[in-house]
Amino acid sequence: MATQVLMPALSPTMEEGTLAKWLVKEGDAVKSGQIIAEIETDKATMEFEAVDEGTVGKILVAEGTAGVKVNTPIAVLVEEGETVSDAPAPAAVSAAAEKGEAPAAVAAAPVAAPPAPVQAAKGWPHSDVPEGVPTRTMTVREALREAMAEEMRADASVFLMGEEVGEYQGAYKISQGLLDEFGPKRVVDTPITEIGFAGIATGASWGGLRPIVEFMTFNFAMQAIDHIINSAAKTLYMSGGQMGSPMVFRGPNGAAARVGAQHSQDFAAWYAAIPGLRVCMPYTAADAKGLLKSAIRDPNPVVFLENEILYGRSFEVPAEGDFTIPFGKASILREGADVTLVSFGIGVSHALAAAEDLAKEGIQAEVINLRTLRPIDYDTVLASVQKTNRCVTVEEGFPVGSIGDHLASTIMQRAFDYLDAPVITCTGKDVPMPYAANLEKLALITPAEIVAAVKSVCYR
Amino acid sequence: MARKPESRPNVSKDELLKYYRDMLLIRRFEEKAGQLYGMGLIGGFCHLYIGQEAVVVGLEAASKEGDKRITSYRDHGHMLACGMDAKGVMAELTGRIGGYSKGKGGSMHMFSKERHFYGGHGIVGAQVPLGAGLAFADKYLGNDNVTFTYFGDGAANQGQVYETYNMAELWDLPVVFVIENNQYAMGTSMKRATKSETLYGRGVAYGIPGEQVDGMDVLAVKAAGEKAVAHCRAGKGPYILEMMTYRYRGHSMSDPAKYRTREEVEKIKTEKDCIEHVRDLLTQGGLASDEELKAIDKEIKALVNEAAEFSKESPEPPLDELWTDIYA
Repeated sequence: MATQVLMPALSPTMEEGTLAKWLVKEGDAVKSGQIIAEIETDKATMEFEAVDEGTVGKILVAEGTAGVKVNTPIAVLVEEGETVSDAPAPAAVSAAAEKGEAPAAVAAAPVAAPPAPVQAAKGWPHSDVPEGVPTRTMTVREALREAMAEEMRADASVFLMGEEVGEYQGAYKISQGLLDEFGPKRVVDTPITEIGFAGIATGASWGGLRPIVEFMTFNFAMQAIDHIINSAAKTLYMSGGQMGSPMVFRGPNGAAARVGAQHSQDFAAWYAAIPGLRVCMPYTAADAKGLLKSAIRDPNPVVFLENEILYGRSFEVPAEGDFTIPFGKASILREGADVTLVSFGIGVSHALAAAEDLAKEGIQAEVINLRTLRPIDYDTVLASVQKTNRCVTVEEGFPVGSIGDHLASTIMQRAFDYLDAPVITCTGKDVPMPYAANLEKLALITPAEIVAAVKSVCYR
Repeated sequence: MARKPESRPNVSKDELLKYYRDMLLIRRFEEKAGQLYGMGLIGGFCHLYIGQEAVVVGLEAASKEGDKRITSYRDHGHMLACGMDAKGVMAELTGRIGGYSKGKGGSMHMFSKERHFYGGHGIVGAQVPLGAGLAFADKYLGNDNVTFTYFGDGAANQGQVYETYNMAELWDLPVVFVIENNQYAMGTSMKRATKSETLYGRGVAYGIPGEQVDGMDVLAVKAAGEKAVAHCRAGKGPYILEMMTYRYRGHSMSDPAKYRTREEVEKIKTEKDCIEHVRDLLTQGGLASDEELKAIDKEIKALVNEAAEFSKESPEPPLDELWTDIYA
């Protein structure tokens, strides 16, 4: 059977090209893989190899012809004893035709009109701990350790890996005692090699384990962010659902105190931007324990952003039972009717301090602790804004592309008619963190700034 | 042939025929993929494996069920060699629902848990710690599986490769690092990228043994693979195999390959081709007739055509697939 040779596409963007030169003539025998022509694309001159064997029966497009569309028949190959007239009439099928019509745009999620008012969130899981359960006081540090220890006891495939997690007992003592209880097979000290162990842990998650990766701080995770995003977050999708990455990347995030620009950055908005990741940012010890236990059990990669300053703070945590917090459920730590303060992580402590000050001036602020940034509990935020008609967001991170920016845009799109004032986003300043004590203080978000923002949206 | 006849090993006809068939399948599949790319049915990037077939076919012959493999974006050959279905691979290349990733991964991102193939990775060098992680899991779980972690001479200059070497040896991970040295990292020849004379030799700094192998000779590859695997299964940690190989085509479909001469490519094709090598062993040794080999050629051609047909007929993924498989 005669075969047509079609004008090839030789780059991802090529639609037409110049048939620069024929290297064979009619009557020549052609072998599979033989270079038969040179074709100029938009990028370069390419050699064009024959796929099929045969004899060049006819050259349909002369060399030097420009603007030859991809898939135009350019020659006919015939088999021994065949003539060109045996060839089927040219019937090149365009790629577009074979692929069918371009798919219609997928309808975007409705954004125009405000939807029906959202039901206000009341009670657990929108409170810090379930109502009426016995609690005990513990630090965030202890809560994190307990969460890991309980999950490691429950599931032999859970292990902890990172710098100084074992013999040193944790750079911030989060893993204190775990090596003694679980041994070096499950509490793995690594060299200082973030991209290496983040990759190894991700591979281990595909091999049937549930790694917890501790970064000494999330600043160092920038060395490893390729594996967090390209390897862990995207593989379930890229594999058509075959392979997920059940693992946790955890460690302190954000500013500590006087450690300078490279050790003081809040990455919340970065990770929250990535589909495929879950992102937790606890404030209380209950958050820390309940969310970390959920994170370890979750079949998806979880970025768990802790805070060094919060490690030593004490809160109430349920004393008994298997305490977990579901993702995507914000807690309301203070109720109020005048303004909604939305925050997460250490920002919540500033929001609560501001709310205390505002109360003295007769302004009742509702304080929402988001707990997780992916998913975000939009319903709780929107319900509160529909009640208070005002919103101020609070976070430590940089202002551009912040979580606050995203919330402000969501509130505008979904609750515009409820707003009595623009949403104000309180963030860290748009500068690398300075070392000098006075400048560092200026760079960080403060309760006084939140108070000022609230007064502004309340027109006071 | 440049190879000396005395290097011909004692190997059965069936074994040689299997190598011939497996390597030919990859070559014909890749030629067909190139053709479908030319027709606009395959989009984006498409990195063909033509010329390097002996590496994966030889190493698969040294593996056992349960062993894992992971590689870069030049991955079609690895998938076919480990027994993944040509139809599913080709349909992924055309972005159809019948592809291994339902059309959502593409040429560079395919996986088969069933065949222990862990991708298909587009970030140069990233698959190296990922492969060591698979080996970490096997060691943790206490089985005797080995992970073949493939990467090129280009990836060999990425820092994470050496972070991985360090930990793999430190923890005695059962991983065979397979450097497919096809001598060009896209357009940069090895001597323009490093003063190292060999790549396997870099393992010495970490205490990892290794060797250079004629990657155009499937029997040499298999023999080296068996040695490496035995080292890993004995609990002695990783092993490095530097496969000296050559890619006949450009780095990707849009590479005019001006960084090397046509003569250089032709010389390898005539003197070192891995498929011709096995064909010669079969015919010169009187093990198989031309007719027998022609029948195999025909069978492979039919298989590849069937895969191509499937990849055209399989529908594009339904639009709601946009939103699935983001979270488990």
